[in-house]
Amino acid sequence: MRILVAMSGGVDSSVVAGLLAEAGHEVIGATLQLYDHGAAVQKKGACCAGQDIHDARDVADRLGIPHYVLDRESRFRNAVIEDFASSYARGETPIPCVRCNQTVKFQDLVALARDLGCEALATGHYARRVEGPAGPELHRAADPARDQSYFLFATTRDQLAFARFPLGDMPDKAAVRREAVRLGLAVAEKPDSQDICFVPEGRYHDLVAKLRPEAAESGEIVDEAGRVLGRHAGLARYTVGQARGLGLPGAAGLRVAALDAARGRVVVAPAAAIPVPEVPVGEVNWLIDPPTTPFAATAKFRAREVPQPVTAAWNTEGGILVVRPEHPVISAPGQGCVLYDGDRVLGGGFIRASRRATAPDPVDSSAPAA
Amino acid sequence: MPLYLDANATEPLRPEAREAALVAMELLGNPSSVHAEGRAARRVLEEARARVAARFGGAARDVVLTSGGTEANALAIASLRRGRRVLAGATEHPAVLRAAEGAGVLPVLADGTLDLAALDRALGEGGPALVCLMVANNETGVIHPVAEAAALCRRHGALMHLDAVQAAGRIPLAFSGSGAESMAISGHKLGGPKGAGALLLRPGLELQPLIAGGGQERGRRGGTEALPAIAGLGAAAMVAEPTAALRLAALRDGIEAALGLPVAGEGAPRLPNTTCLVLPGIPAETAVIALDLEGVRVSAGAACSSGKVSRSPVLAAMGLGEEAGQAIRVSLPWNAPDDAPARFAAACRAVLERLRGRVPNGALPAVG
Repeated sequence: MRILVAMSGGVDSSVVAGLLAEAGHEVIGATLQLYDHGAAVQKKGACCAGQDIHDARDVADRLGIPHYVLDRESRFRNAVIEDFASSYARGETPIPCVRCNQTVKFQDLVALARDLGCEALATGHYARRVEGPAGPELHRAADPARDQSYFLFATTRDQLAFARFPLGDMPDKAAVRREAVRLGLAVAEKPDSQDICFVPEGRYHDLVAKLRPEAAESGEIVDEAGRVLGRHAGLARYTVGQARGLGLPGAAGLRVAALDAARGRVVVAPAAAIPVPEVPVGEVNWLIDPPTTPFAATAKFRAREVPQPVTAAWNTEGGILVVRPEHPVISAPGQGCVLYDGDRVLGGGFIRASRRATAPDPVDSSAPAA
Repeated sequence: MPLYLDANATEPLRPEAREAALVAMELLGNPSSVHAEGRAARRVLEEARARVAARFGGAARDVVLTSGGTEANALAIASLRRGRRVLAGATEHPAVLRAAEGAGVLPVLADGTLDLAALDRALGEGGPALVCLMVANNETGVIHPVAEAAALCRRHGALMHLDAVQAAGRIPLAFSGSGAESMAISGHKLGGPKGAGALLLRPGLELQPLIAGGGQERGRRGGTEALPAIAGLGAAAMVAEPTAALRLAALRDGIEAALGLPVAGEGAPRLPNTTCLVLPGIPAETAVIALDLEGVRVSAGAACSSGKVSRSPVLAAMGLGEEAGQAIRVSLPWNAPDDAPARFAAACRAVLERLRGRVPNGALPAVG
């Protein structure tokens, strides 16, 4: 069949293209140009396309498949980068890879694949798509160390039906690299990508400050009673649960409890007070029929953690999923909360701020009496 | 058998050019060498130069052979802009725009032709100027009023450089008498090999070389000449006849009539081989890829070296909004088959049919 393969120029999606071509499919490679590489690395004269795009094209040449570079700079800027900065400005900790998968990758590439007469879209994600009795299911990858199902929670059932993840059953990355060697792909030994792709040096503060200056403004650090303990260097530098970078001498053991964007404040509390018993989750995408009664599941509240037992209740009308972990968890608004049944992804959404997360105004003794 | 309709990117190699290039490739000598082999190579080089001069009007000694149109444009502009402000058409090719960095932009009318009134104003509003103008546009094929622009330049004491890369071989073109200081052409757009171009100069015009090197090309362009490509350029120049392009005009008209799609620059004089079709509601990128998969080669916008397709600045300069990202360029090569309109229309209909249900609110027009 005719399959569109999203090729990043990395070893994973290169192997996907190679395996599908080898299996006799009509493979079409597509690489997204998401940002001006030359501008991102701030090197005058650097090409707008990064090395990854050239690598993807070389792989496609090697495989003898057609390959196209798609200009998605403005789409990516609007859907991912702006959202990234706005999320910080709201006092959240964004998860741009989910937004990118949700918009630029699955929404747009599935549409393009259909426009081009393809029957499927394949990506190099480590996740498994399993044909279940009620349609395709999303499952964790065979290799738990590589599993990316968490980042795919926003994939709709329609998109999942169209998607293929050929690497989901690979035992580990070494096996993928061996396939790359066998297929004669020059990217076989290419290092894994690090950090957020559009901030190559990992220095995202400058970018956020440029797009949403309020997220970079310094402000007060307060405790839960509203007492001012110090100054912070911009909300974008903090996330819930963080202990470092607070600069509070003599206040060991305090962590970030909440980011109060409305008042530009970082709220801190003793470490033991940070975990919450209940996590509200919005923008929920269900990969099962939306449940009508509370149910038991496991959940991940951040990318790198083991799913833990929870009870989840879905309020259709409010569009809010309330997740109650067995033991209180640290939950950072903006991150994803993904529900699992064993290996299967049931659905997920973005963590919202807990009600307890804001502190009262500090007592201002200089205010004139009414 | 693919249908190649991307001549404005590059023309298929003409047999005469191939033959000349192959003969040149067998020559041992360096054209700068004193000995017999060197002289034999030089003869081929000078013959190619003479052919270019004869074909486009000028003296052979005033032809500088380069690596292509981009270099020819850059070489001319770098020298001519000294002590002058630069004015460049809004729809110029990046080869000119980058060489003319910082230039004032001369707007075009809605049909894509240079706004002569605006040129007149711009020339009257400052010191000595250099005007850079393409004879015909690469994306729309729109032909600019070069003679009128030259008259304005003369009146205001401005110099003019012409980029004739797309026009050469497709419409009658005489550099001598154009009033311009210089004119750039490209070998592979004439059906020669890639890697050679030429800059025609007004008699007596001195140039500063971009590459000084060993003083080749009368000190105007260092480096051993790419003899096979240059020999091919000379041969292609002799056989690229505008009269033959009339056949292409008929095919082009056939394509436009078959689909009934809006055409960018339709009302303006245009190259006979080029049409820029607007596919309302369909990203040009999708259309180009879908047609490629159907075996039809066209292009859109300005392709970067990475191959990405961006919204066309040329169409934006003509006042097109969304449509600037929804237009494909169909450019017939010198050897386009007579059934090109029928085959193009069939492939285009197949693609449009598939996309029809996917474009919001039936924005897609009915096609023939």
